[in-house]
Formats: sequence, C-alpha cells, structure tokens
Amino acid sequence: MSFINYSSREINCKIVYYGPGLCGKTTNLQYIYNKTNPEAKGKMISLATETERTLFFDFLPLSLGEIRGFKTRFHLYTVPGQVFYDASRKLILKGVDGVVYVGDSQMERMEANIESLDNLRQNLQEQGYDLDKLPYVVQYNKRDLPNAIPMAELEEALNPTKVPSYEAVAPKGVGVFDTLKAVAKLVLTELRKGG
Amino acid sequence: MIQQLVMYEEELQKLTHICETLHRDSNAKAVLVIDKNGQSMVQAGDVDELDVTSLSSLTAGNVAATGGIASLLAEKEFAGQFLEGEKVSYHVSIVGQRVILVVLFDERSSLGLVRLRVRKATADMVGVLETMVKKSQTGNGQPSVFSEITDDDIDNLFND
Repeated sequence: MSFINYSSREINCKIVYYGPGLCGKTTNLQYIYNKTNPEAKGKMISLATETERTLFFDFLPLSLGEIRGFKTRFHLYTVPGQVFYDASRKLILKGVDGVVYVGDSQMERMEANIESLDNLRQNLQEQGYDLDKLPYVVQYNKRDLPNAIPMAELEEALNPTKVPSYEAVAPKGVGVFDTLKAVAKLVLTELRKGG
Repeated sequence: MIQQLVMYEEELQKLTHICETLHRDSNAKAVLVIDKNGQSMVQAGDVDELDVTSLSSLTAGNVAATGGIASLLAEKEFAGQFLEGEKVSYHVSIVGQRVILVVLFDERSSLGLVRLRVRKATADMVGVLETMVKKSQTGNGQPSVFSEITDDDIDNLFND
C-alpha cells in the first residue's frame, strides 16, 4: 500500500524481492546499496542468522528522485527464502506495491523455484492480492553458472504470464538495476491508474 | 489494485499536535507515528539523532511478528509492547488497528506516565485517522496529481 504525503510531498512504495533460498535476493539489495549515492539511500538492515541467511527480512530505503514535485521513495524488502520461514514471508508481503521474483537458474534449483513461486501466489492470495494484478517482474539470477538452464525453459516454467523478465548475475550487478527500474516503473504506472 | 494511504496537511497538523502534546505530557524523548507497513508518518521530540526510517521499518516488522504470534495463540492482537533499556525504553501501541504509536523515553519519565498519556493520545488520534482513511479512499475533492503523471515523467526518473 503506497503512502502519499501531500504535506511533505513524498510518495512511499514497498517492493518485495521473493524467491527460493540462496537465489540471490539479499545480493540484489547489497549491490543496489553499494552502487547508490549516499544521499539517495538509507541504512541497509539485514535481520540474518549467524551464517548470513535471512532470518526475517532485509530492508533498504531508496530515493529515486522527484516526479511532479513529489519525492519518490522505495522501500525494498527481501523475504527469507527457506521453506520453514513461511510465517515471516506472509508478514513481509503485507502492504506490498510491487514484487520481484528472483529465480535461480541452476537446474537443481528448479523444484525450489517452482515451489517458491507457488508459495508467492498463495501467500499473496491470503493477503487479498492477485499476483496477476500486481506490478510484478521476474529475474533469472546466476546466469553465469555452467549448469544454468536455457532462458526459454525458465520462461516456460516460471513466467507463464509473460511479465517483464531479466537475466542477472547479481554479485556483478548484471540485470540488478534493470530489474529494479522495471518494477519501480510498473508501481508508478499503477499509482497513476489509482490516482 | 494498490490501496493508498494519503496524508493531507490538515491531518498532518492534527497528528503532529497530538504527538507534540504526548511528547510534552509524558516527558518522552521522542514520539513516532508509523504506518503498519513501516513508513514513518509523524514525529515529535528529539528525532534528529534517530534513524527514523530504519526504526519505522523494524518497528513495523516487530509489530507484524507480534501480530502473527497473537493469531497463533488465538488472540486478536497484543495491543502494546514495552522494551526496557538501560538508558532508553521503547513503548509501542497500535492505534485504530491502523498505525503504530512509538514513545521513546528515559529516566525522566516512567512506564506508568507513558501508558497514561498514550491512552489519551490514542483516543484523540483515532478520529483523525478515520478521516485520513476516508479521504484516502475518496480523495480530497481535488484531482490527484498522480493522474497527470506521464510516461516521460516516469522515464525521466531513471535517466542516469
């Protein structure tokens, strides 16, 4: 749920990065954090275990500049990908304005990809959202690995509705900002419709 | 699909006034109003040294987790939380099932006083929030600035 403050002339939107464990959601946020000017970002918060697995969420506040005199602020969240953290994932989806699904390109993670995507759809439904009506993009991460599945196969399995999709190598930044820009544009376009 | 919460000047002034009164009457360090999705709405007191954005996000996550625990225990919600620190204590309550009211205080105040003043502030805030939600749904009688956003406006945001 976007929050518009006419008094301070700000638009605040929430984007959630979703996907199976170890697919690179946190790495996306870390790359964005490292490559963004200090004045455009707040502190990145990671609620993680001692082994750096996301326990609750990562959070990165980002300013994208002004649009018609309104400052646009995006709050980026990741969910914990591991299956048993489902209760936490549901909480983080509350009030979401846009979703990035991060898939893992490796053959052996296909089952986890599909399970996570089904879980996303179901958890959104429980919150009263329909994935097909939300601003939503797909990112295929780890494209540089030798066991990466061809794009056409990933698209068929993970993107049946043909939303915008991007190839990525998150630690190197490939596709990271393209994905963010795409979902941010969709969120703002949706805001216009709502306005 | 996206539901918006919109804050207009009138409601901001009213909420700020309530928070400033609460800040003063409870001898608090700072008072924050946060929406349940983690976005900061109003602040009063010594907030310059605080990372309000991070505090808002973590507080909302905390409240959401507590709400999740409540539903597992078949409770409607746990209306308040209190964390006692050595120097600063943190009192959280939910107002009108919609927003989160945070009071940070030190040894100049007490939990009893904060609770008492929060109760009064909560009662005052509920009506303002109802108006705010109503206006968010129906608009303020003026066309929304966002209906005039063009594709170029959006594209220009992303020109590096």
